[in-house]
Amino acid sequence: MGEKGFKVMTQNSIQSNESGGYLTSRLNDMIGWARKYSIFQYPFVTACCGMEYMSTACSHYDVDRFGAGLPRFSPRQSDVLFVVGTISHKMAPVLKQIYDQMADPKWVVAFGVCTCTGGFYDNYATVQGIDTVIPVDVYIPGCPPRPENVLDGLMKLQEKIQGQKQEV
Amino acid sequence: MGNLHIQLKERFPDAVLETHAHKGDETALVKRESLLAIAQLLKTDPLFDMNVLMDLAGVDGLDLKWKPRFQVVYHFYSLALNHRLRLKVAVEEKDAVVPTLTGLWPSANWFEREVWDMFGIRFEGHPDPRRILMYEQFQGHALRKDYPWNKRQPLIQAKAVTSDQ
Ligand code: SF4
Repeated sequence: MGEKGFKVMTQNSIQSNESGGYLTSRLNDMIGWARKYSIFQYPFVTACCGMEYMSTACSHYDVDRFGAGLPRFSPRQSDVLFVVGTISHKMAPVLKQIYDQMADPKWVVAFGVCTCTGGFYDNYATVQGIDTVIPVDVYIPGCPPRPENVLDGLMKLQEKIQGQKQEV
Repeated sequence: MGNLHIQLKERFPDAVLETHAHKGDETALVKRESLLAIAQLLKTDPLFDMNVLMDLAGVDGLDLKWKPRFQVVYHFYSLALNHRLRLKVAVEEKDAVVPTLTGLWPSANWFEREVWDMFGIRFEGHPDPRRILMYEQFQGHALRKDYPWNKRQPLIQAKAVTSDQ
């Protein structure tokens, strides 16, 4: 199956022409499209940001619109690690292990300033940004971030997933 | 009610070094050597009947130039009599040891581990004298005033910063 000229049927954008409904796409774009709308998240929730995560995840803000409605509580089954809340040095090895257990392709979202930079916990106990421990794809600042901000971050993640080279 | 510190001073005239009361909060500074005997009395004597150890904390008086440097503060409460008493014990830095109260109030267990973890005050006879908040590899005691505020001891060393993205 070559990358160019791959034929795909989609339910909502069937192009009609003489030979019937089909459209052409590139394999890379198609996989990206599929991946960005099937985000299975692993919520790594450790602190107060968790409340805002829950509010975003519930029906009012409806993350299912972005295909991110089903959290998985096993790293083996998830694509995106949502790190939600303060990460202490004691917790860092656990976070790293969860990240290592996730199967590729995987992405990481830093949710809240605590995960982005340590936030105002500039002290002996707190990791000063989870990107010192694992790679991060999207940073969502705020203490805690409002759901709109989280959705914005989610869409940025989708853009990133769509735009990247898809490893299969 | 309202004079527990005086009552305690009468029972232990030598061991109670100082007393103090402010708006019903009674406090007694006691000698470390007599702490266990006093605690035993507080728990068993019907006049005090302190069946709850509500809190136990350490204080570092380094910036206040306290001599001795540390204090351990105990807050007792009697459910039956609805009264409280606070005990303080002064501790030298060189000899930062206090007898454990876990035998009398099991709630002392985690409190004492926290004071050990944060201030480095050891509780002699404690059944499980490990740190409770920080990890075992942590060096020093974080709430001591001479612990540098910006000192970091990460378990995972920071990744090297790359510019491949
Ligand atoms: S960013 Fe703010 S709300 Fe979120 S975990 Fe940190 S302190 Fe809590």
